[in-house]
Formats: sequence, structure tokens, C-alpha cells
Amino acid sequence: MSTEKEQLYAVSIYTENNIGLLNRISAIFQRRHINIESLNTSPSEIEGVSKFTIVVNMNEVNIKKIIGQIEKQVEVIKAYYHSLDDIIYQISGLFKIKSELLFEERQIQNIIKESNARIVTVNKEFFVLEKSGKKEEIVTLYNKLSVFGIMQYTRSGLIAITKEEMKISELLETYSN
Amino acid sequence: METQTITNTETAKKVTERISGSEAIVRCLIAEDVKIIYGYPGGAIMPVYDELYKYQDKIHHVLTRHEQGATHAAQGFARISGQVGVAIATSGPGATNLITGIADAQIDSTPMVCITGQVPSHLLGSDAFQETDIVGISTPVTKWNCQVTKAADIPAALAKAFYIAKSGRPGPVLVDITKDAQFEEFDFVYEKCEKVRSYLPIPKTVAGSLEAAAKIINEAKKPFIIWGQGVVLSEAEQELIAVVEKAGIPAAWTILGASAIATSHPLNVGMLGMHGNYAPNKLTNECDVLIAIGMRFDDRVTGDLNKYAKQAKVIHFEIDPAEVDKNVKTDVAVLGDAKDTLAKLLPLLNANSHIDWHQQFKDLYKIEYNKVIKNDIYPTKEGLTMGEVIHQINVESKGEAAIVTDVGQHQMIACRYADFNKTKSNITSGGLGTMGFGLPAAIGAKMAAPEREVVSISGDGGYQMTIQELGTIFQQKAAVKIVVLNNEFLGMVRQWQQLFFDRRYASTEMTNPNFVAIAEGYYIKAKKVTKRSELADAVKEMMESKEAYFLEVCVEKEGNVFPMVPSGASVSDIRLE
Repeated sequence: MSTEKEQLYAVSIYTENNIGLLNRISAIFQRRHINIESLNTSPSEIEGVSKFTIVVNMNEVNIKKIIGQIEKQVEVIKAYYHSLDDIIYQISGLFKIKSELLFEERQIQNIIKESNARIVTVNKEFFVLEKSGKKEEIVTLYNKLSVFGIMQYTRSGLIAITKEEMKISELLETYSN
Repeated sequence: METQTITNTETAKKVTERISGSEAIVRCLIAEDVKIIYGYPGGAIMPVYDELYKYQDKIHHVLTRHEQGATHAAQGFARISGQVGVAIATSGPGATNLITGIADAQIDSTPMVCITGQVPSHLLGSDAFQETDIVGISTPVTKWNCQVTKAADIPAALAKAFYIAKSGRPGPVLVDITKDAQFEEFDFVYEKCEKVRSYLPIPKTVAGSLEAAAKIINEAKKPFIIWGQGVVLSEAEQELIAVVEKAGIPAAWTILGASAIATSHPLNVGMLGMHGNYAPNKLTNECDVLIAIGMRFDDRVTGDLNKYAKQAKVIHFEIDPAEVDKNVKTDVAVLGDAKDTLAKLLPLLNANSHIDWHQQFKDLYKIEYNKVIKNDIYPTKEGLTMGEVIHQINVESKGEAAIVTDVGQHQMIACRYADFNKTKSNITSGGLGTMGFGLPAAIGAKMAAPEREVVSISGDGGYQMTIQELGTIFQQKAAVKIVVLNNEFLGMVRQWQQLFFDRRYASTEMTNPNFVAIAEGYYIKAKKVTKRSELADAVKEMMESKEAYFLEVCVEKEGNVFPMVPSGASVSDIRLE
């Protein structure tokens, strides 16, 4: 079983918006020594329902077991796992760069244009670039900019929408029956 | 007529009363029909104790000598009664002392509600005196937990706690309540919780799964049932017996499933697992269909999973979907409550007898009897065996007693040899293997079922982990019978050291105190037995006592528990010596 191929999976979990649930969910991964690649939590399309998107590198047999353990939590409404091909996702990266480079290094302006990055703010000391897309696109931009020196860099967790319908509202109705 | 109308309108309205949070806690417990709670007072829970003083005619509070004792007593209470056990404690060390019992209840699916006091909300997170993050600490070992900082939230939190603790696959919950919330006054109204959005306690049985299971069972030549505590928890004993008898299937039990079918039932073929019986372990790898009911394929039951029942089709009756395919891949999973699913299975089954298959169990039992059981129960060598003590208890109790065990060799011997004629008669720490469980759990069991004989059997090691609960027994006049099988060793570890660590008995030998004097110090009648000739009379005297009674039996120092499946080995590699 353990020889099965590992790959990146996005786990999406619909939950009640309750304090402490993040602890319960992260503990499920921790107990099994699974490193969380990225984690995002936000409100979902349903009022009072939160959505977690967690990216992990695992094989399918084990991710199914993890989903079972997550769904077992009282305040979890439903958990799913998807391969990255089954979802539409975005990651956002922020880059803080010295302002003088913007004017002195012509190439930087080309990099910004070519990568479809957006300038969020500019001041005397630094400017901030924002780039959303797949992880590879952000890493590519990082590699190009790092030649000139990056003052600060951060990347968000993966946020995802599934291609398939999730029908959480319907599910909630069955719960209340 | 007019008066009648007014009364109806009054009851239709929710009646509220302005009371404190602490009074609300006690009133919630009363509303949940809680009559006994176990606990230990302290600064952050004092307002609740003050209310308990007021309501002592409604709720009997048992002062245990340690908070761990409170949880184990609540567990013992829950396991024999099927109701929710309740333990309360103060903040900080009081709360953390509950953790062992909570962890034990979690892995053994015992319904329990723990209420802890917490420092006032304005001090939360400030490392205040006796503050711990008990919600954070207890998260991995509770079915659900929460912290309440406003009095108005107390009724809903406790209602939810009781509902979650007892519904579906039961488990422990913890509600942590700040001291200011205990003092605060609010308009109290209590409504029992009957559902929680997002929580489906009993999963729907997948359409066709029962028919598929029945087809496989009807076609089987060597079907084998293994049942666990799920049968006891859903009170499906009669349904299980009906299935076993109609289809003529030999059935074996996990340690927590013990007593669901009487020991004497001809189709009860014994205990599974590491120290289980020879036949059920061996034949797990011979059966063609393995029907698991309310059990979770614990590693102590399966041994090496790669060599476990590979030849068999596996059917799993289970309430917790996360258990399906967790350890053993199933061919058919029948989700749901065992009482319901087994009742629906019964009419789909063909009557059968499988005589040749049964004979295989009988043949292997004969081998086990001659090599192990005979020598354990009717020893001829010098030195008392643990098995003969259990046998003597059987003789006096006629298999009617509830046996509460601690953890270790004596536990395995007790579970192997105790006669169980009634369900809910084996109260033991299965999944966590908590030494110190036995004595306080016996207190809870006796208080839940005072009409039953409750015999606590411990080793000299585990007994000393919660020996202070003798004080609780004395104060509560709980007529438990306490047996300590003293071999002056941490016997199970010593057995492993003997078998796997070249007899290097590192820190397992115990120099023990005068146990009889200690019991007598708590004003409990006590006796010590060192010779076989004294045993029968002493057990008789203990069982006939109307009060608590302590019996120490000095057993052979290096007695071993066999059969044994060595850790990590296949169940069919079970050793008889």
C-alpha cells in the first residue's frame, strides 16, 4: 500500500465556523507525520460554513483514510480530495523590491510585463509586486527577480474551486432532516 | 376549561429563570438525568461545588482521591450502565489530571462528559494561576470539546456535549467553563440537543450492502464472526446471538466485546488477539468469510496485517465509516448501528450448521486446554496461578459478577478465564491499556449497578497507581471486591523481558508494601493468601461479604500468559509456550 505513488492532493473541507476546529484538523495530519504543503481557510459560499483547502503530498490509499478521519470530526460537514487537475486553483505571491531597481534595471520592467504581475504599491524605498497563478509561475518570477535582489517574498496557500459541483447546501439539508 | 387553557399556554412558552452559570451547570446535569458525578474541587470550579451542596438531594457527588480516579469511575459507571459518565475538575492540574481517563474513554468509545473550571475569561492566555489550555490539550483525545466564557452559552454547550457523548460511536467530550461565566447571571432555559448540523451519528446503510453480505455468508463454507464492543454499545446482543445461531457461525470476541454472548454458549469460541485463544487466532487465517461486527481491527487483534485473513472475504458491520478499510480492506461494508443492521441481516440468512468447521475449533481448543488452560486453572505445581484465582471467583460468582480489570497479565488471564453470563460484565481498559484503571472504574461500576457483584482484579503494579481510591471506596461504602494478584513484578513487561530481552528484568521487580495493612488503614476488611489450601475459603469469604473486601493473592513470581501472538507476528503464528 505504501508503495503507491505519492502526488499532490488538494483536500477541501467544509466545516462549521467554530473555534478550535483548525487544531483538530491539523492534528489529524500531524499524528500521521504528514507535512501540510499549504493551508487556506476562508468563508465559503454558504453562510456560517467555512472552507479549508489543504495541500498535501500523499498516496491515494492514505488520503482516503485521512478524509475519513476528518469527516469524523463533529463539526466537519464534508471533506473531499482532488488531484490538482480536478480543480481550478490560484496561488498568490508578493515580492518587495528596492524602488531604485524599477528605474535603473530596464529588464525588471520587462519581467513585470511578461509575467502579468501587478504593482500593488510604490514608494521611495520599495515597490511591491503581486502575481497570482500556478505555483510554477510564481516560482519562475521569483527566480527571475532574485537575480536583482528581493527584500521580502511570501506566497499564499492554494485556493481552489472544484470543476465538479460540491452540493454542500443539499448535504446540509439532509443533515437537518 | 379556562384554567386548562392557561396552563397549556404557560407550558408552550419557554420558562426562563434568572440564575447563575454555576447553578445552570447543575440544573443542566439534572435535566440530563445525571444522578452521580465524580470529581475533585478546586478554585476555578468552586461556584459549581457550592451549587452541588444546594442540590445534593438530586445529584450525588463522589469525591475521588485524584481527578484521574474521577474519570475512570465515570468510565466504569458508563460501561456498566450504558449512560453518560460525568467527571468534574478544577482548572490547570485538575483538568490535566483528567486527560488519561479521557484518552482511555476516547479509544474505548466510552460516553463521558467532563466539565472543567477555567480561570476568569479576562485572564485567559495570561499564564494565570492554575491556567492550562485544556481545550487545546484535550483536543486529540476528545470526540468534541469547547470552552464557554459566557453564562448564557452554558445550556447549549452542555446539551450538545451530552448528545455528542452518547450518540453514534460514543466518546468523551470536555466543556471548559470560565469562572466568571459560572458567576454571571442569565435567563436560564434548557433544551436537550437532538441533532447537530454537520454531525450524522449513525451513517446510512448503503443500499444493497446487507443483501451482498448475506449472499457471501450464505455461500460460505467456513464463515467466522469476530465481534467487538460495538455490539455491547448498541445493545445488539440478542440480534448477534440470533445471527450466530441461525447461520451456525462460530463467533469470537475482542477484549471489549467480551460478555456480549455468554461464555458457555456453544458457538462462542473465545477471545481473539495477542493473548486470545488458540483456535480463533489460528482459524482467522483459515476461514473463507470473516464477518467483523462492531470491532476496529486493532493491531493487538490482527497482528501482522500483511498476513491477516488474506484468504477470506471480509464483511465489516460498522457505525464509524472511518474504520472501514482503515486497517483491513473489506469486500462489503455494512454501515449503521449493529442492532439495526443485524436485525435486518437475520431474515436474509439461510439456516446452517457448518459442523466440520466447528470441529476444527474444538480440536484446537483441546490442544490449548491440554497445553495451557489445564495448567492455569488446575495447577499441580507449587505456586498459585492467576488462572486458578479467576476460576475460584467463577465458582463463587457463578459467572454473574461484573469483572473490572486493570492492565497487564492479570487482565489477560481474567479476560481469558472469567465466566460471563451477563452482558456488560467485562470492564477493562482496552485500547489505551491504562494501568490504574481498575480500582476507580470498579467504584463507578458498583455505584451504577449496586445490585451486581463487582470484582476488581488488579496486579500489584496497576493497583498502586490509583491505590488512593481505597479512600473513596471507604467513604462511599462502595461494596466492591478487590483482588490483587501479587507477583512482585510488573508481570507483563517482565514476560516480554523474559521472551524478547534475554531475561534482563530492568526495573520490573517491585518491593511491595503491606497491602493488607493499607486496606485496613482505610477500614476495609482484608486478607492475604499465600497457599493454595487457603484460596477457596478466602474467595468465598470475600464474595459473601456485604461490604468492600480486599484480597491479596501471592501468585507465582514468573508466571506467563500463553497463548501469545508475538508483537508484529501473524495471528496464525500464535505460540502455546
